[in-house]
Amino acid sequence: MNGGQSIWKSAVNIGAIGALTTVLLSLIGMVGAFSKRDIIYEIVTMGHTLLLTVGVFLSFLSAKRASQKGLGRVFGATLITGILTSGGVALLVIVGKTINLRMVFVNASPALYQLLIFGFDASFGVPLLLFSGLLCGLFAFLLFIAPPILRRILITGISSVAIAGVLQDLLRPIISIWGPLAGINDVLFAVNGLTLGGGLGMFLIISVVMFFWAHKGNKIKTKISTLPPGRQRMLKTGTWLILAVILIALPQILGLFLSEVITIVGLYVLLGLGLNIVVGFAGLLDLGYVAFFAVGSYIVAILTSPELGFFNMGFWSALPFAVIAGILAGVLLGIPVLKMRGDYLAIATLGFGEIIRILVLSDWLRPWLGGAQGIGKIPNVTISGYVFSTPQQIYYLILAGCLLVGFISWRLRDSRLGRAWMAVREDEDVAQAMGINLVATKLMAFATGAAFSALSGAIFATKIGSVYPHSFNVMISINILCLIIVGGMGSIPGVIVGSAALVGLPELLREFAEYRLLVYGAALVAMMLLRPEGLWPEEKRRRELHKEEEPEAVPADAQGSA
Amino acid sequence: MGQRFHGRFSPTDIVMWLIGGGLIFLAIWGAIATLSAGVYSARHWIDFVIFGLAQGSIYALIATGYTMVYGVLRMINFAHSEVFMSGPYTAYFVAAAFYRSGFLDAHPIVSLLFIFIVSMAISTGIAFALERVAYRPLRNAPRLVPLITAIGASFFLQYTFRGLYGSGFQAYPVFKMLEGHWTILGIRILRFQLVVILAAVLLMLALYSFVMRTRIGKAIRAVSEDKEASALMGIDVDKMISMTFVIGGAAAGAAGVLYAVMFKQVHFFMGFIPGIKAFTAAVLGGIGNIPGAMLGGIFLGLMESIGPSLFLDGLGIVAPYQLKDAIAFTMLVLVLIFRPTGILGERLAVKKA
Repeated sequence: MNGGQSIWKSAVNIGAIGALTTVLLSLIGMVGAFSKRDIIYEIVTMGHTLLLTVGVFLSFLSAKRASQKGLGRVFGATLITGILTSGGVALLVIVGKTINLRMVFVNASPALYQLLIFGFDASFGVPLLLFSGLLCGLFAFLLFIAPPILRRILITGISSVAIAGVLQDLLRPIISIWGPLAGINDVLFAVNGLTLGGGLGMFLIISVVMFFWAHKGNKIKTKISTLPPGRQRMLKTGTWLILAVILIALPQILGLFLSEVITIVGLYVLLGLGLNIVVGFAGLLDLGYVAFFAVGSYIVAILTSPELGFFNMGFWSALPFAVIAGILAGVLLGIPVLKMRGDYLAIATLGFGEIIRILVLSDWLRPWLGGAQGIGKIPNVTISGYVFSTPQQIYYLILAGCLLVGFISWRLRDSRLGRAWMAVREDEDVAQAMGINLVATKLMAFATGAAFSALSGAIFATKIGSVYPHSFNVMISINILCLIIVGGMGSIPGVIVGSAALVGLPELLREFAEYRLLVYGAALVAMMLLRPEGLWPEEKRRRELHKEEEPEAVPADAQGSA
Repeated sequence: MGQRFHGRFSPTDIVMWLIGGGLIFLAIWGAIATLSAGVYSARHWIDFVIFGLAQGSIYALIATGYTMVYGVLRMINFAHSEVFMSGPYTAYFVAAAFYRSGFLDAHPIVSLLFIFIVSMAISTGIAFALERVAYRPLRNAPRLVPLITAIGASFFLQYTFRGLYGSGFQAYPVFKMLEGHWTILGIRILRFQLVVILAAVLLMLALYSFVMRTRIGKAIRAVSEDKEASALMGIDVDKMISMTFVIGGAAAGAAGVLYAVMFKQVHFFMGFIPGIKAFTAAVLGGIGNIPGAMLGGIFLGLMESIGPSLFLDGLGIVAPYQLKDAIAFTMLVLVLIFRPTGILGERLAVKKA
């Protein structure tokens, strides 16, 4: 840091990053694809919002860098970053109009350039583009000098409107089944995107609510904490009751598509809770976890499917076999890797997972396992005549499974076994010296995790109605690992938050399927750089990761943003 | 495993040895049955071996990148498969342009060299950027954190390249010079396979001598031995870690071109399977050990190519070639059971992980 020089340098650097990011976003095709959808009807498209967000965010970042050097320099820094960001895009347009980039970059079409210069002629559009970069910088500057409360209101309000615009296709059908409230749709949404009035109204309502909460929130909190203990307990039970009612009514509130998404999230919660025991509690990095999921599914399929016709059992009589088979597989695959540690364990388990998938896929075992065609016609679950067939019905099955598994995990965590797992996670040698039987402890972790996974697999089999080897590739294991780490390793609520974020959100954005995994990957990296402890971390682990920060300031902050 | 062999075997050891012994017995039985049935002639076996060597030397080149990064950072660089993909995929456009202009057929060696340079440059750049953006800030984070970052970066790179270059398969132009076969000592060898093997061996020798002979190589080895001590000795640790990624990236880029020459197509997802295989190879050879990774790669390639016919055909398994990946991973598990440190590895699995 040598005076003013470094500020301009960092502003230029950030601007270069901005230019690179926006050009990349354009060439990847995200801008083009997102522009088909309006956030606010005929005024702002999603594509433009994406680019503007990058510009504003990066300008804000350079303002932060320059914050110590006086307002004038902050102003300059934001403008530099803003104009450089838009300059990158402008350069792309100019280059693209002279050379045909399409030979290499499939998305570099004239339509894209037209979009980038707002549909105007190049002689007017390019300056306009640069000007919009300046505006981004200016807006970032205003955000920066605004008081924190105003800044928070602005950001929350605008991002809520943007989210409502992005998720319009989901919100519309959901709101329309709410009976009397269905009228909201007409106010809020136009043919494509929000109406201008709806967007502004939403922004205003959110701002007012936030403003109110910022002023009165603390008072309400202190009021609650000063209530007599009896009343507090009532309040707590009340909250739990409301939560339970919401959980039960959820499929009816959300409609078919979202219920489907929730069942998928639920299956991943089940899987995540299992892997959380292996990786989160016991610290055994297992990348072949999907194998047990496959075992559970395939056992149920073999035992129930009339297509193979071996057993023709019902789901409930097949379920115990599936879980037991899962446990056996867990122990069997656990034994050879007992003495391996760290990455060796990871790659060996990954190998096991792949071996099982390849065996199932092979023609060799086809008469028993169905080969690449899988096994179909798996019957639905029934309880005394009630059939679970639609996602809205299967939801309850999965909810029951999640509650059961969540309860078991929660009870296990502080049990003797749970503490033994954590001791093994922290240091195997010390744990052994303390008299912990490493073999039994590790095998119990593998077995418990595998049992949960097999249960999830069993439900998955009846939900889909058929099983294919392709449903059990290594990406699933990796996904589950990511979700428990993003949620917060070893934390049970973290698994739920992680599944919602990593499985639920991408499902909701299915129409942008092409960019789903791209965003997912970028989000994983960003998450690990900015918040390595996860979204809802376990208390102990967070403290380990933030040793240098003062302990008393952290809890409130963690709760707020989780 | 401080208590290894307390003079007695635990039940789990016995189970392990039973599993391992059973698998080895099956393999030997299968091999005897196949050989005595005589379905394959010597020509077949030679073809299998050469194909295996070619494929294995590609794995070996990729594996050096994994193993070197593991050596200095103790992390699995999951995104290395994307480093491998990025080079040849970008170089495809150069190759295609050469092909269209006729330059490729007129000067095949020059254009191949140029393709190599482009591919290695891109892969190197991606590897370098990857380290700077995704791994360097996490130097002191818990072990799983960089692993997740690597997975994230891998997704990001895959789909970025998909977005940039499209989602289809791109057919690499054919080098006329490399079509057909040469006959050496009475053995017919497909030209491109021989070229792949030779190029890979040359590159591996170059890489090995770079790491063993030059000052930078020495510094890299020092860093992988002990970061603090090498920092005290005046080695710029961060720079050496970057260098490691650069070398690994260059090797991966070169391996990518060889892969494209051999299989004649590129795709944004092409890195995934070779990546996993190469990592397996690195572990087989003893991770952190460069000659080990090379040996492991070649061993794995050979096993994949010979294994299905040799071990499984005799056992009466239908379509044994489908199980080649299962053989690769079974080898891995067997090696890890009987020699947990890999073929050439020191006792790293126990000591440092």
